[in-house]
Amino acid sequence: MNAVGLLRARPRPAPVVLRRAVRMGPVSLVWRPRVLLVTMAAVLAAVLVAIVSLGVGDFSLSPAQVVSALLGHGTRQELLVVQTVRLPRILTGVAAGIALAIAGAIMQTTARNALASPDLLGVTAGASAGAVAVITLGGTASASGILREVGVPTAAMVGAIVATLAVIALTGRAGLSGIQPLLIGIGVSAFFAGAVNLFLIAAPIKDAARANVWLTGSLNQRSWPELWPIVLAVLVSVLILVPVNHRLQSLELGTDIARSTGLPLRSTGVLLIGVSVLLTAVAAASVGPLGFVALVAPHVARMACGMTRAPLLGAAAIGALVVVASDLLARTLFAPIQLPAGAVIAIIGGPFLVGLLIARKRRTAQ
Amino acid sequence: MNTSPSAGLIARDITVDYGRSTPALDAVSLTIETGVVTAIVGPNGSGKSTLLRTMGRLHTPQRGTVLLDGQDIFQRPTRDLARELGILPQSPVAPEGLTVVDLVSRGRDPHRRWFDQWARSDEAVVFAALERTGMTALATARVDDLSGGQRQRAWIALALAQETRTLLLDEPTTYLDIAHQLDVLDLVRTMHEEQGATVVMVLHDLSMAARYADRIVALRAGRIIADGTPADIITPPMLRDVFDIEATVIVDPNTGRPHVLPIRRTG
Repeated sequence: MNAVGLLRARPRPAPVVLRRAVRMGPVSLVWRPRVLLVTMAAVLAAVLVAIVSLGVGDFSLSPAQVVSALLGHGTRQELLVVQTVRLPRILTGVAAGIALAIAGAIMQTTARNALASPDLLGVTAGASAGAVAVITLGGTASASGILREVGVPTAAMVGAIVATLAVIALTGRAGLSGIQPLLIGIGVSAFFAGAVNLFLIAAPIKDAARANVWLTGSLNQRSWPELWPIVLAVLVSVLILVPVNHRLQSLELGTDIARSTGLPLRSTGVLLIGVSVLLTAVAAASVGPLGFVALVAPHVARMACGMTRAPLLGAAAIGALVVVASDLLARTLFAPIQLPAGAVIAIIGGPFLVGLLIARKRRTAQ
Repeated sequence: MNTSPSAGLIARDITVDYGRSTPALDAVSLTIETGVVTAIVGPNGSGKSTLLRTMGRLHTPQRGTVLLDGQDIFQRPTRDLARELGILPQSPVAPEGLTVVDLVSRGRDPHRRWFDQWARSDEAVVFAALERTGMTALATARVDDLSGGQRQRAWIALALAQETRTLLLDEPTTYLDIAHQLDVLDLVRTMHEEQGATVVMVLHDLSMAARYADRIVALRAGRIIADGTPADIITPPMLRDVFDIEATVIVDPNTGRPHVLPIRRTG
């Protein structure tokens, strides 16, 4: 124990409760009812929206039919539509929402900047360049393309990895603290965005249009192969984040205080940015750049929970809800035309975020 | 345990070079004795803040080492070191909306495991830190709603909650009015007298330094020019050499410590 401190060796127990806690043996957690409430509400809402969403489409089902089909009861056709066609798509949306929201929450805290988003790390731009390269040079419209055999998700993943390596190599020199990684990411992003533009200009109009749909971010025709990589990445990230999650709190006080209170800045920075990059890369490879989720979900979580930074669990739940709800709207607003979910997220999410910020400003000004 | 020859915080030949014409610190060696309040003074750009930050491991020197109780602080695990050596940087900024208790609780970070985030002992120590700094009534207030003096006391409470035996403070009285300066420095003095804490602080006000420190180290252009008790150090020749001022030094009738009355610039 601390033999001699600046305070007494053994301070008397505090006569008041400063922060509520749940304690069991050597385990203790800060108890924040509002965070739990917000998280549970978002999870519940996401589940309800997902059930509705599973029933919507050419072959329409009631929520009750959906639930029984999920449990394995119903006609063969119901089982096929729910379990094989729609479920992987919805789950991919959920997983992508979780991944992007966690990545965004980490970036906003480590950069101490409300505008920070993993989109700016260059990963999304790299994935886009990979995907667009395959779509435009892969030759479905023209008969023979040089990248014909490569699948779009694979190409997107390769692009994301290349961009990631570039960002990591460059941040290793420039320093991982604060806003530095983002500035480098913006440079890398600009490079890949230029490449995307070149591909789009050179491509036949049909391919360019397909590439544009991918670039908006969409869950259309997503299936199990797109789901598993995100699920795996989220699981790995959770394992990494659980022991470091509480240290995010000292990071938001700035690097000096974080180091003074015992946070190993370099290794923690590598770890957090690594997790952010991994989650963003896998999400981008699977569903395209749904990047706005990474910005909006942590802000909503932060404000709903009344905290200075987004709690990761709450942000994840809200991220899932945002993607699932946007996908439902994307499929129903102009049915039978399916919009890309990314467009809906940006069109609704943008004004929503601005509205929230203004409403909060007004409340705090009073 | 304070009597071994290597006890205390020791800077050995540290050089920090920001790439300007002269290095910020030029092979500076300084031994901070345990249980003493030391003030580092010097004109702007003399390297006093760099010296404090380097001794508090916020800055890595190009050459030289810093030892705490005989061990190189740059080689020690960050978390272990944070239980023994705390540093409060100049004008830290809390995120908007953070409460005082959440801020002060961060001082417990080096003492906790991830699964043990708010033990009763943490609560007791944070409460004691709030009491000591007179911040108990403001525990649930937002840091950005506080006055400058209260804010500074909240940050010092964070450093207290860390329970380090050695505490470095970088200009703890900047932007504070005279009453709040006395508040903060009286607090430092009490910590020292009651717990025998080792405190090193960078101060701008020479009379304040003379009043509250047992030892004064004066820097100029990255070198230590004078080092000793306030009565020995605060003299007209030192003020001319280090600060380029002509001044009269009188003895403060209340404290018996030297008091500086500046006359004019000489440099």
